[in-house]
Amino acid sequence: MTKYILKRILYIIPVMFGVIVVVFLMKAATPGDPVLELLPATATEEQKDAMREELGLNDPLPIQFVDYVVGIVTRGDLGTSYKTKQPVMTEILQRLPNTLIVAVLAMALSQVIATPLGILAAVKQNTWIDNLIVFFTMVGASLPTFWLALMLIDLFSVRLHLVPSMYNGTVAGWVLPIIVVSFGAISQTAKGVRTNMLEIIRQDYIRTARAKGQKESIVIFKHGFGNTLIPVIAGIGSGLSGQLGGALIVETVFAIPGVGKYVADAVTARNFPAVQGGVIVLAFICTIISILVDVMYTVADPRLKTNLMAPAKKKKSSKAAAANGGA
Amino acid sequence: MSKINTPAMEKLKKKNKYNESGVSTPGKEAWKRLRRNKTAMAGMLIILFLLAVAVLADVIAPYGYRDQDYSAVMQPPSAAHLFGTDNLGRDIFSRCVYGARYSLPIGVICVLIGLVIGGGLGLVAAYFGGHTDNIIMRIIDVIQAIPSTMLCIALVAILGNGMWQLIVAIAAGSIQGMTKSVRAAIFMVRNNEYVDSSKSIGVSDGKIMLRHLVPNAVGMIVINAVGGVSSNILTISTLSYIGVGLVSPTPEWGAILSEGKTYMTVAPYMVLYPGLMIAITVVAFNLFGNGLRDALDPRMK
Repeated sequence: MTKYILKRILYIIPVMFGVIVVVFLMKAATPGDPVLELLPATATEEQKDAMREELGLNDPLPIQFVDYVVGIVTRGDLGTSYKTKQPVMTEILQRLPNTLIVAVLAMALSQVIATPLGILAAVKQNTWIDNLIVFFTMVGASLPTFWLALMLIDLFSVRLHLVPSMYNGTVAGWVLPIIVVSFGAISQTAKGVRTNMLEIIRQDYIRTARAKGQKESIVIFKHGFGNTLIPVIAGIGSGLSGQLGGALIVETVFAIPGVGKYVADAVTARNFPAVQGGVIVLAFICTIISILVDVMYTVADPRLKTNLMAPAKKKKSSKAAAANGGA
Repeated sequence: MSKINTPAMEKLKKKNKYNESGVSTPGKEAWKRLRRNKTAMAGMLIILFLLAVAVLADVIAPYGYRDQDYSAVMQPPSAAHLFGTDNLGRDIFSRCVYGARYSLPIGVICVLIGLVIGGGLGLVAAYFGGHTDNIIMRIIDVIQAIPSTMLCIALVAILGNGMWQLIVAIAAGSIQGMTKSVRAAIFMVRNNEYVDSSKSIGVSDGKIMLRHLVPNAVGMIVINAVGGVSSNILTISTLSYIGVGLVSPTPEWGAILSEGKTYMTVAPYMVLYPGLMIAITVVAFNLFGNGLRDALDPRMK
C-alpha cells in the first residue's frame, strides 16, 4: 500500500514536467514581445534590449526552458506579472484561499444534498420520485454556470435583497457562489450514487438482511449506504478539480479575488506569465486531488487494494473498469 | 375464425411486428429501445427543431441579427420583439435564432475533430497496448492534469478570438476525454476471438481496427460523442461569456448574454433568453444522450 502511494506521489514529477512543457510551448507560440508589455511605451531601444537580456529572452528556447524549470523548482518562481510587476507566485498564493474556500464548501454542500437524493432515487426506482430526481439533477448540470449565477443574483440580490450580489468579504457574500458551484456536482454524485445503489440493492447480502426481517431503513443505511462511498469519492474528486478549472467563471461573475479571476483577467490583458502560473498551480492541485481520490478508493473499498498491488498489466484493466463504473 | 380478430390478438400482432419483419440487427434493436424512451425522443425532437431553426434562421427571424433600431432600445418583450431588444435596439429573439447557427455546428464539429484525433489515439493505444499504450496515455495524463476550461482559455488566449481559434481550442480540450473513453470501449472488445482469427489469416492491423473493433465499440463511442456535444456547447458559451472566442456582434448565445449582463438589473430579459436557449439545447442533448446510453450500452440490457 505504501509502495503504491509512493509510486503515485512520484508520478507527480513527470506529469508536472509535462504540464510545464505544454505551458512553456504555449508561451513560445504566443505572438508579441513581452518586453513591450513590461516597459512603458516611452522606453528607449537600449532599455528594451537590457530588459530582454535580463529576462533571458535572447537565449535559445531550450535554455529559456531550463531556466524556467529551474526557477520553478528551486525558487517557486513562476515569472513576473506584466501588469503589476509582482512575482506571479505571490499573487497566486494570495488568491488561492478564496478559490479553495468556494471549491471545498461547494463540494461539501453538494455531497450532503446529492448522496441522499441518489439513495432515495435508487430505493424508489422507476417511481415518480426517481424520475423527478433524475430529471432535476440532469437539468441542474445542463445550466450554464454563469447564467445560473446571474439569475440567482437577479432573484436573491436584486429583487429580494437577501444576499450581496458581489463578493464583499462577508459570510453572506459566499452563499450564492457556493450554491451555484454545487449545482453541477450534485448531478454527477447523485447519478453515481443511484447507479451504484441499484447494483447493491440486488446483492445477496441485502436480500439476506431483508429475509431475516431487518428493518428496511437499517438495510438501506447500514448495509447499503456503506457501499456507496465509491461514487461519492469520485464525485468529490472530479467535482473539486472541475471547480478549480471552472473557478474562473464563478469568480468572474461574483468578482471574487481568486486564482480563476486572476487567470481570466490575465487572459484578456494578455498577461501570459500570470496565465501560465495559474494553469501550472491549478494543474498541480488537481493532480494531488486525483492521487488523494485514488488512495481514498482503497480505503473505502479494500477489495481494490488487491487490484492495485497486482502487476502492472492487471492494474490497467482494473483501472479502466473502475473508470467505467465511476462514469 | 372471427375469434382471432379480437382486440387482444391485434395488440399481440402489433407487438410482434418487429419479429415478423424478419432480421433484427443490433442497430434496429437499439432504435426500438430508443423509440420507447419518451424523454430521449423528446430530446431528439428538440435537437431536430433547433437544427431547423438554424437552417431556417433567415425565414424565422423577423429582424437581422445586427439590425440596430435606436428608436427601440431596451424594450421589454412584446409582440413586436418577442424577447425584447438590447442596448443597441437589436431584436434579441432574432439574435437568439441566429445563435443556433453557432453553438450547434461548432459543438458538433469539435466533437468530430476530438473523436478523430482523440478516438484515434485511444484506438491505437488499446489495440497495440504495451509501450504504445503507455506513451499515449502518459501524454494524455499530462493534458488531463490541466483543467479543461483552463486549457481552452489558455489556447484561445494564444490563438486569438475567432471561429477557427475557438474550434481548435475546444477540440483540443475534448481530446483527452475521447481518448480515454474510446480506449476503454476498445479494451472491452479487443480480446474477442474474431480479432485473433482476423490476425491469423493475415488481416492488417488498420483493417482489424476499423472493420472489426470500431463497429463493435460504436455504441460507447456514440454515447460519448453526444455527451461531448452538450459539454462543448456549454464551453463555447462560457468562453464567449468571458469575452474570448466569439464576440459581438456575432449572435452566439454566450456572447449575447455577456453583452446583456451589464444591463441585467434594468433589462433581465437580455440575460434570461439567451441563457434559456443554451440550457434547452444542453438539456436536449443530455436527454437524448441518456436515452442512447440506455439503448446502446450492453450492460444496461
